[in-house]
Amino acid sequence: MIEVVDVTLLILLSVTALAIIRQRNLFAAIMLAGIYSLLSAGLFVVMDAVDVAFTEAAVGAGISTILVLGTLALVGHEEHKPKHRPILPLFVVTVTGAILVYGTVDLPPFGDPANPIHHHVAPHYLEESEHEIGVPNVVTSVLASYRGYDTMGETTVIFAAAVGVLLLLARGPMPRRVLVGGRWVTVAADADEPPEEGDKGGGDETAEEAEPGGVADG
Amino acid sequence: MDDRVILRVGAKMLIPFILLFALYVQFHGDYGPGGGFQAGVIFAAGFILYALVFGLPNVQKALPPKAVYVCSAVGVLLYAGVGYVTLALGGNFLDYGVLRHDPEHGQHLGILLVELGVLITVFGVMVAVFYAFAGRRRLEA
Repeated sequence: MIEVVDVTLLILLSVTALAIIRQRNLFAAIMLAGIYSLLSAGLFVVMDAVDVAFTEAAVGAGISTILVLGTLALVGHEEHKPKHRPILPLFVVTVTGAILVYGTVDLPPFGDPANPIHHHVAPHYLEESEHEIGVPNVVTSVLASYRGYDTMGETTVIFAAAVGVLLLLARGPMPRRVLVGGRWVTVAADADEPPEEGDKGGGDETAEEAEPGGVADG
Repeated sequence: MDDRVILRVGAKMLIPFILLFALYVQFHGDYGPGGGFQAGVIFAAGFILYALVFGLPNVQKALPPKAVYVCSAVGVLLYAGVGYVTLALGGNFLDYGVLRHDPEHGQHLGILLVELGVLITVFGVMVAVFYAFAGRRRLEA
């Protein structure tokens, strides 16, 4: 029975992938990519990885679809017809795919309990999590406690990604600091005139001394 | 926008439940699937839905960009801060057992705090990135 679900999901996944390739309308392609993520989430559920499925559904099908749609609103809906011939990319993709498939030959069989990954630290986590951590969901105890250091790194990476995106994109709405009557004052980016001296209406005033020439033009 | 009554009413009804569900995912992460990351994304989705239906200026009145930027940093600081507290209490970095007399209770508290840190950062980052995209004007062709 579970094979039927597997095969159905994988066929739908392939059909969606092919549809994305053939689609020139970027809006439709993004919607199909969202469907692709949702189908992947279904596959993860079948493989009993519900936490991963949850993330895939929320991030892949949800947030990233919205973000790419936001990009689309900036750049337009139609993909230009490529000027180059597709032969070289097709060759590169085929060779890469073939190498990857060849690589899977050396992998241990899927789901085999004798696999090395099930004999390193996993037994300890599964058996001792109950006493050491006391959290019923072993995924949480591994993620937040046993591998808490890794998760801290991941959180930092997410933060760094946001800093990168904001540096590239958020130039408009960033506030800027202007010199008014000998003091540095933070004003909104869309304000044309710096506030008058003694104007307390902004609420954003900073009385601290700024470094010389430190006007960050947003 | 003003004539999309069904969207506005539907979104208004859904958003509280989305936020509540995010908190459920957060605090139920010890027992079922979920945790800080998923909860942060869902919490952000609530605000993004609000922005999509009612416009960016309205959501930024409730949740100013500055607050979102602060959130992104506070979560990481909270996570790392728990690590330094455990160091100060004589344990290893992020060894939550020392937070309480009973190591198991310490683990519970530590996991709760770091998951909260993940929630705050992921929420802040998702909304900040959305603001960055949605706040830009279309490029002139």
